[in-house]
Amino acid sequence: MTERAQQQSHPSTATYLIIAAILTIITLVEIGVFYVPALQRVLAPILLLLSGAKFILVVMFYMHLKQDHKLFAAIFTIPLLIAIGVAIALMALFGVFVR
Amino acid sequence: MSEAAVAHHTSTGLDSRKMAFWTFIGSECLLFGSLISTYLVYQGRSVSGPTTDILNIPLTSISTFVLLMSSLAMVLALAAVTRGDALWSRVWLATTALLGSGFLGFQAYEFTHFVHEGLTLQTSLFGSTFFVLTGFHGGHVFVGVLWLLTLLVRSFQRKLGPDKSLQVELAGLYWHFVDVVWIVIFTVVYLLRQ
Amino acid sequence: MATAALTVDAPGFGSRVWSWITTTDHKRIGILYGVTAFVFFLLGGLEALVIRAQLAQSSADLVSADFYNQLFTMHGTTMVFLAIMPLSAAFFNYIVPLQIGARDVAFPRLNAFSYWVFLLGGLLMNASFFFGAAPNGGWFGYANLTSTQYSPGLNIDFWVLGLQILGVASIAAGINFLVTIINLRAPGMRMMRLPVFTWMTLVTQFIVVTAFPVITVALVFLMFDRTFGTTFYSVAAGGDVLLWQHLFWLFGHPEVYILILPAMGMVSEVIPTFSRKPLFGYAVIVYSGLLIAILGWGVWAHHMFAVGMGPVADAVFSSTTMLIAIPTGVKIFNWLATMWGGKLSLKTPMLFSLGFIAMFVVGGLSGVMHSSAAADLQQTDSYFVVAHIHYVLYGGAIQGIFSGIYYWWPKMTGWMLNERLGKTHFWLSFIGLNLAFFPMHFIGLLGMPRRIYTYDAVLGVDAMNFMSTVGAFIIGLSTIVFVVNVWYSRRERIEAGMDPWGAATLEWSIPSPPPNYNFTAIPEVVSRLPQWSDTEMKAIPTEPEGEIHMPGGSYWPAVSAVGILVLAVGALLESLAFALGGAVVLVVGIYAWAFEPFEM
Repeated sequence: MTERAQQQSHPSTATYLIIAAILTIITLVEIGVFYVPALQRVLAPILLLLSGAKFILVVMFYMHLKQDHKLFAAIFTIPLLIAIGVAIALMALFGVFVR
Repeated sequence: MSEAAVAHHTSTGLDSRKMAFWTFIGSECLLFGSLISTYLVYQGRSVSGPTTDILNIPLTSISTFVLLMSSLAMVLALAAVTRGDALWSRVWLATTALLGSGFLGFQAYEFTHFVHEGLTLQTSLFGSTFFVLTGFHGGHVFVGVLWLLTLLVRSFQRKLGPDKSLQVELAGLYWHFVDVVWIVIFTVVYLLRQ
Repeated sequence: MATAALTVDAPGFGSRVWSWITTTDHKRIGILYGVTAFVFFLLGGLEALVIRAQLAQSSADLVSADFYNQLFTMHGTTMVFLAIMPLSAAFFNYIVPLQIGARDVAFPRLNAFSYWVFLLGGLLMNASFFFGAAPNGGWFGYANLTSTQYSPGLNIDFWVLGLQILGVASIAAGINFLVTIINLRAPGMRMMRLPVFTWMTLVTQFIVVTAFPVITVALVFLMFDRTFGTTFYSVAAGGDVLLWQHLFWLFGHPEVYILILPAMGMVSEVIPTFSRKPLFGYAVIVYSGLLIAILGWGVWAHHMFAVGMGPVADAVFSSTTMLIAIPTGVKIFNWLATMWGGKLSLKTPMLFSLGFIAMFVVGGLSGVMHSSAAADLQQTDSYFVVAHIHYVLYGGAIQGIFSGIYYWWPKMTGWMLNERLGKTHFWLSFIGLNLAFFPMHFIGLLGMPRRIYTYDAVLGVDAMNFMSTVGAFIIGLSTIVFVVNVWYSRRERIEAGMDPWGAATLEWSIPSPPPNYNFTAIPEVVSRLPQWSDTEMKAIPTEPEGEIHMPGGSYWPAVSAVGILVLAVGALLESLAFALGGAVVLVVGIYAWAFEPFEM
């Protein structure tokens, strides 16, 4: 029963299309930013922010984590945070940030 | 997967298969996390062969867009299956599989092009890390395409009614996760090159 | 195909074997895990005895240097991946569904798949002995010793493929048990009413599903380096051999907790039962377990102080390592406080639990010594580390597991193990382990390096090495006593009844061994210790109300596992035909599995 109720609370087609439009626009901005010489110095934070936004949009709306049970969000987020932590730690240990 | 299990009572009220699948995705985070970390750690350390200049941004932008649109088709397929619309579930499942295959086509072209330019698995750290990372991702897309085609066949066999929407939802979770990984790879490997 | 094997009246040998191959019953899979892992435990023990025989005196030549390398590599790999992990898995399988009031795990066929993949992976790894090419790069297989340049033979390939296969089994089982524990609890069995063993299983499986992908990637890199000539661990191409060490220990340190947390869970069941007191600080023990799982991700580089990571990294990893000793220490005090003022009954399971606490403290203390980077430099790669790891893994994990074996044996078989033989087993094992491993502290501090097949008399460690060897053989003897105990008690056959120890948790409320459906009616749990509680749990009827339909068997999990094995053999022989054949079997197995009718 719960499952059925969740199915019905999935976003509407309109929401899906709007999200797709936003994702497309962000991707275009990312590529645009890439070609602007003036922005080269701050490229990394801008791009990480933009792709982070895309990541969150897909996970929240297309993978339904926004409406779905919080347990699913936890099962996904905890390993994700570990993975991010591992990546940052390894880059620090290999001197990527001071290169 | 038996339908009897759907009605099965669980302590949380959540479907066990969906929970298992989210756990699997959590596990995959560490798999791709390790691959991406290795790429980043070795970035700019190659001593020979072509460097990141070889990456073709316009072309990859298109394939990124293709994969993004396949995610849209996937959610529309799930919506169609859930409301019992056989025709549109087939249309959207086929579209998703087609766009996924298109992405793989771009990747196959990219890989062969790089090999012609002198970048192979063996050439350098860049070659090894790039091909293994994107190859692992491509392998995941390939499995996803097979899964979608299986669902498409099931739909034609009239065995993919609204009661089976969970099967499509799980395939969707997999597909979107693969898309999300590509969002990261596209940024980290293609746009943030040194 | 579903029920055919189970309905035969007087099963012949063939159909009995078939029923084990196709079984999806968590209890039978648990027994399969236990028996298989125990055989691997004996094999790993045999390897240890040959190692100790070689080291009994200086300049000995019982085995060649090369075979010695194979022995210590296989001893470590076997004990970690083929003995301790699956021995714990035997109890996850058998006990966890009973403790949470479930009829089976969430995915019975995936469970069977995990077992078959584990078995075939273990057999593949050990088959290397028949080709004279057993893995010889140490259980942590440091790059670039494992490169084709320094290890041209098949030895490392066996190791890489074996570990990859075992990883598949572990991750599949990990997902299965996470879902089972979260989703298949009986009504009223809230998370904070779960027995501690089940909690520790949950934490362990979380570590498994997150840590194993990392070694999978590290092994993929190694496999590609060896097979396709990639450059991941190639210094000539600008690569860094430390990448392997980081990835390996990113997995390897959480792995340590995968080995010890289940044993801690078992001890947490045994001590309250034999102290006639509820566990002291239940919630704190649970939270400590969770904290260990998270903190366990931040300590890996303490295995690498000697490589020169710089003062910042050394300081960070020293601190996190000291920090993780806190939740571990908390548990020790909780067990002690549980016994305080309790009515202690020193039966065999309790003896092993007490042995666990004492020995784990010794191993834990030398662990804290390693956390100081400066001190660690003196100890790295010496026998001091060997002493530490054996106090933690033999004194800790194995004694904990034996405690669990003696504790749950009556539940699994319906008869008791003999107490006198059990106590003999414990004391021999306890004396043997201290005699074997305590001198190693001094041997190490006096300068004897680990992994060297012999040593010179000038070092002055002959006598202590001889003591250590005697201790190892006493441990071997104690294990024989255990086997004799099983044989003797089976003939003696003292009926156990439902709850021979007067224990508190749900698994003791049903017959021993439990019927294939476990519970005649799914219990409604009203407290953390249902058997000890004043608020009576509704009694579980002795006879089921109606027929309880349990899923039949399936052979597709075993077929899929064989597909994986053939695929690996193809990779080993670099034969495309083999690999493709294996892939086809695997794909057919998965599809047939997905579409076969299988009722839950």
